[in-house]
Amino acid sequence: MTSSAMPPVSPVSEPQAASGAAPGTGPVGTLLTGQPPVTATTGPMIAIDSVSKWYGDFQVLTNCTTAVTKGEVVVVCGPSGSGKSTLIKCVNALEPFQKGQITVDGTKIADRKTNLPKLRSRVGMVFQHFELFPHLSITDNLSLAQRKVLGRGKDEAEAKGLALLERVGLKAHAHKFPGQLSGGQQQRVAIARALAMNPIVMLFDEPTSALDPEMVGEVLDVMVELAREGMTMMVVTHEMGFARKVAHRVIFMDKGEIVEDAQKEEFFGSPRSERAQTFLSRILSH
Amino acid sequence: MNYNWNWGIFFEASPEGTGTYADMLVSGLLWTILTALCAWVVAFTIGSVVGVLRTLPSRAAQAVGNAYVELFRNIPLLVQMFLWYFVLPEVLPESWGTWLKQLPNAPFYTAVVCLGFFTASRVAEQVRAGIQALPRGQRMAGTALGLTTAQTYRYVLLPNAYRIILPPLTSEFLNNLKNTSVALTIGLLELTARARAMQEFSFQVFEAFTAATVIYIVINLLVVTVAGVIERRVAVPGR
Repeated sequence: MTSSAMPPVSPVSEPQAASGAAPGTGPVGTLLTGQPPVTATTGPMIAIDSVSKWYGDFQVLTNCTTAVTKGEVVVVCGPSGSGKSTLIKCVNALEPFQKGQITVDGTKIADRKTNLPKLRSRVGMVFQHFELFPHLSITDNLSLAQRKVLGRGKDEAEAKGLALLERVGLKAHAHKFPGQLSGGQQQRVAIARALAMNPIVMLFDEPTSALDPEMVGEVLDVMVELAREGMTMMVVTHEMGFARKVAHRVIFMDKGEIVEDAQKEEFFGSPRSERAQTFLSRILSH
Repeated sequence: MNYNWNWGIFFEASPEGTGTYADMLVSGLLWTILTALCAWVVAFTIGSVVGVLRTLPSRAAQAVGNAYVELFRNIPLLVQMFLWYFVLPEVLPESWGTWLKQLPNAPFYTAVVCLGFFTASRVAEQVRAGIQALPRGQRMAGTALGLTTAQTYRYVLLPNAYRIILPPLTSEFLNNLKNTSVALTIGLLELTARARAMQEFSFQVFEAFTAATVIYIVINLLVVTVAGVIERRVAVPGR
C-alpha cells in the first residue's frame, strides 16, 4: 500500500485542488492526536472511476466518477434513492459493484488480491443508525477493533479510546452501554470509535438523519472540528449548513448518477443542472 | 378400580438386587441428565455452526446449512434413533459395524449423537433467526472497522444473537431433556425406562409414573429457573 506500488490512476477526472484544506494532521490535543503520518501519495486519497452497480436488473449507480484529495471535505447530497449511500458504501467495499474501480490511498478495492479488512481498518465509517455494539460498554466498543484488528494491547486501546471520548465530550460515559446514551451521544461515540483506528479518511453516511433535531448540532460540531483539523472526509448528508461551513466540494447525485460535482461556492451559487437547482430550492426553501 | 396403593414401594428392594426402586429411578434420572447434557453440547455446537452457515453470504454455505436442517428436522426422532442404532451398523463396512455393536454403553452414545444431531437442526434455526433479527448495520459496522467475517460473528453478531434467542433456546433445552425418553426404545436405561421397569416388576403403575412425572417437572422447572438467572445475568444495560 505504498506510493511506489501504486499504479497510475486511470481516467479519473482530475480532482479539483482542495484550496482551503487544512494541513494533514492537527496540532496536539485535537481529535487526530496520535495520527501516524499518512502515506505520501501523489494521487487522490479516494478515486472513484466509472463505477456502476446493479441490484438484479435495477441499476443503482451509473458510471460514477469523482475523486477526493487528501484533506478535502466532500459532501454528497441528493434526493433519497439517488444512490449516494450506496456510493459511499462502495468506497470501503461494504457494497460490491460490478463495473469500474475505486482506489483508496493507492489500493484498488475491486482487486481480488486486496486485503479488504486491512484496507477497511484504515477507512473510518459512521452510520446513520450509529451501529454501536449494544452488548459492549462504550470503552469496549472503542477498544474491540483496535485490539482485534490493529493488535493493540488492552491498556493502549483503552487509553486511546478514553482520550477520544474526552475529545467528543463523553469521557464520563465510558463505563455505560450504548442503550444508556442519547442518539447524539451514541453518534459521537461512533465517530470516536472510527477515529480510534487512526483512519486516513472518514466516511459519513447520513450521520444526523436518525437524530432528534436538538442533537444534530452536537454531532455536526464534532464533524466540523474534524474537518478543520484536516481530516479527509466524504459526507453523505442533507445538512446544507454543514456543507456551506466546511465542505470544499459538493457532489449532487440523482437516479444513481453524479449530476453535479462542483466547488461549494459554485454549487450553492449557481448550480448548473436543473435537477440540482430543483433539489436545492426544495431543501433550502424552509 | 381395584388398586393397591403402596407409596412405600420406593423403599423396597428392586429385583435387580442392587438397591431399592428409588435407587433405580435415581440411576435412571442420572442417565437422563447425562444424556441431555451431552446431547446439548453436540446440539449447541453443531446448531451454532449450521445456523451461522445459513447466514453467510456464500450460496454454497447456505445450501449445506439448509440441507442439514431439512434432513434432521423432517424425520421423526424415533425413526432417527432406529436409523442410528439398528440401520447404521449394517450399512457401514463390516468391521466398523461390529465395533459399533460391541461398543459398551452403545445406547448411550447413540442417543447422544442422535438427539444431538436432531436438536442441532432446531438450534440452527434459532441461531439463524437470532442473527437475522439483528440490524443489518451491525454486520456492516464490524466489517467497516476491519474485523474479518469470523471476528464479526465472534465478537458482534453471535453475542447479540444468543441474547435474543435465549428464551427459545431454553425451550429447546427442555425439549432435548424430555426427548431423552425416546432413547428407551434403543435400550438406554434412562428415567422413563426405569419407571416402566419398576411398573413391570412391582405392578405399582401409578406410583412409578407419578414419580417419573414429578421428577421430570422438577428438573425442568430447575432448568427454567437457571435459564432465568442466566437471562438476567447477560441482560444488556439500557435495553
